[in-house]
Amino acid sequence: MSQSEQAQIDTLLKNDYEAGFYTSVESDTLPPGLDEDVIRFISNKKGEPDWMLEWRLEAYRGWLEMVEPEWAHVRYPKVDFQALSYFSAPKSMADKPKSLDEVDPELLRTYEKLGIPLHEQEMLAGVAVDAVFDSVSVGTTFRAKLFEAGVIFCSISEAVHEYPELVKKYLGSVVPRKDNFYAALNSAVFSDGSFVYIPKGVRCPMELSTYFRINEAKTGQFERTLIVAEEGSHVSYLEGCTAPMRDENQLHAAVVELVALDNAQIKYSTVQNWYPGDKEGKGGIYNFVTKRGVCHDSAKISWTQVETGSAVTWKYPSVVLRGDNSVGEFYSVALTNNHQQADTGTKMIHMGKNTRSTIISKGISAGQSQNAYRGLVRMSQRAEGARNYTQCDSLLIGDRCGAHTFPYIESRNPSAVVEHEATTSKVSEDQLYLCQQRGLDAEKAVSLIVNGFCKEVFKELPMEFAVEAGKLLEVSLEGSVG
Amino acid sequence: MLSVKELRASVGDKEILKGLSLEVKAGEVHAIMGPNGSGKSTLGHVLAGRENYQAIGGSVEFDGKNLLDMDTEERAREGLFLAFQYPVEIPGVSNMEFLKTAVDAVRAHRGQEAIDSVQFMKLAREKCKAVNLDDQFLKRGVNEGFSGGEKKRNELMQMMLLEPKLCIMDETDSGLDIDALQVVAEGVNAMRNEDRAIVLVTHYQRLLDFIKPDFVHVLSGGRIIKSGDHSLALELEEKGYGWITKEVA
Repeated sequence: MSQSEQAQIDTLLKNDYEAGFYTSVESDTLPPGLDEDVIRFISNKKGEPDWMLEWRLEAYRGWLEMVEPEWAHVRYPKVDFQALSYFSAPKSMADKPKSLDEVDPELLRTYEKLGIPLHEQEMLAGVAVDAVFDSVSVGTTFRAKLFEAGVIFCSISEAVHEYPELVKKYLGSVVPRKDNFYAALNSAVFSDGSFVYIPKGVRCPMELSTYFRINEAKTGQFERTLIVAEEGSHVSYLEGCTAPMRDENQLHAAVVELVALDNAQIKYSTVQNWYPGDKEGKGGIYNFVTKRGVCHDSAKISWTQVETGSAVTWKYPSVVLRGDNSVGEFYSVALTNNHQQADTGTKMIHMGKNTRSTIISKGISAGQSQNAYRGLVRMSQRAEGARNYTQCDSLLIGDRCGAHTFPYIESRNPSAVVEHEATTSKVSEDQLYLCQQRGLDAEKAVSLIVNGFCKEVFKELPMEFAVEAGKLLEVSLEGSVG
Repeated sequence: MLSVKELRASVGDKEILKGLSLEVKAGEVHAIMGPNGSGKSTLGHVLAGRENYQAIGGSVEFDGKNLLDMDTEERAREGLFLAFQYPVEIPGVSNMEFLKTAVDAVRAHRGQEAIDSVQFMKLAREKCKAVNLDDQFLKRGVNEGFSGGEKKRNELMQMMLLEPKLCIMDETDSGLDIDALQVVAEGVNAMRNEDRAIVLVTHYQRLLDFIKPDFVHVLSGGRIIKSGDHSLALELEEKGYGWITKEVA
């Protein structure tokens, strides 16, 4: 964020302080608990206009009447929503670690293995880095180039101020406020996230990555992302990074909305590597995410995800194929180790004629983990000539883990074609033996075999991401053999 | 190079090798023959360190080191290579990547740097040619969809790239037609030199027409019951195994 923008936001915040109706504006962190006052506080802190506050409150009122979903194949102690704190200001420089020497050596060891340069390690570990180094140099050249192309890429908080009409039009248009329990919660209390707008006919000149926003205000546990691709535009967006990030929040409930207007293409790639908990299954992030995109005529949305982190994952990036001839894709690698649990998959909702979708899901279970694929393919009455192809492969490492597949297929159009293939295999002793006889140690061998298994998905990732993803699997699988 | 003394080994609960002794020196080619179920393949796996193939007695020295103390991968890095009778498929892992990872693992063990990718590519193509495999095979998954003969030639190519000290070839001739057999034999012969030893495990003497062994051993009931030169193999072909097992009994 540039200094002038920072100043702008500071001014806006200050203005609202003056008009503040909430008494404890001095405080930077709210005590635990959630009620309408808390939402007013958040909205006020961010200097939001009234319509945004109303939008949040409406979501909150809806949320109060909803119940937590329990259908997923995961088990975890119930979250006490009144015990969470819904606003905390970013840590001040004084509270942050002064140098990498103060950071958990285990975390540093992982960075080392992933080959992350030192200064990036500092950013990721939240070290109070010198302002000179701040992402300014990368950030500004980057912004200038985007600005030239007419692309908007900023935080959602900024967008609420700068582009209220766009936000009003599209926020909640794909994932309605009361879509589900966690989406409603997110809508009420979302902290921050990204906003992307690609004008008509524009090909975004570079991959947009949350990585570039890393030094800006912490996005927090209720991240909100909105991407709008106007007619005929193209964009590729990368979320997350392979390095594990320090985070004290246990519950993460993000919402991502994608809008691909006629002939637009959105490619959304995710690497999720939140803290998975320790080897005994203590701690770790609960990752309850709602991701959905809507395709208009001849538009295409492609989700690619590599999920290796979090203690519990609950995530179904979906595509609503509303327009005729639109295309939805879902490529996923979900790896669970130790006591991790994942229930992930996708929904392809075919509404338009000749719509096509492809689902390639690779689940890898190691340790005592549980890994479920859950996917819905719906062919509506109008989906003349629609086609889906689903391939769902599970790989087991060891004999204490589980792989599960829950495919749901609904077809109301006789001309629609749905194909589903599923396999379950084990990393065989013979494969390990062949590798070891050629000089590879067991861990390297497993990582090689698993990478081969995931190849179809990795080739969908942007090049450098794919290399990192391979390394990430290797690190995540540590201790799964031997 | 390899000194096996009174080796006893079991697979699961079953004792298969019952006091096997074998001396192999650098530069020599040994053939181990024997009827089905005599323990030929077991010997290869025990030496290579396959899981569940337990040495329960005796000793094995490899290049002056106690082989039985080493992990499977350590044995490989020290220069022991086993060409498999039934090479397994590893889908999605390209042959090229697999080979380079293996070569680099061996090089790292010797304190050498990882091999340059371009240089390695050139080398791998050369070896492909030597075993009469199209270099498209380098891009395909390890043994994925290969025919029986292609798998065997792929094993030989790996052996050529890894340049082991001791090559153990388990029934390499099985499933090969005569042309493929000749290609493989030529490859093996080209690898013969004074620093390297080769142990051929085979059921048929056919292979030995192409790769002339210095020594032939007959394995039966988990022990070597007779040793000789190439003429022993020819005799076996003529008379079968019955007469020896009787002679010894």
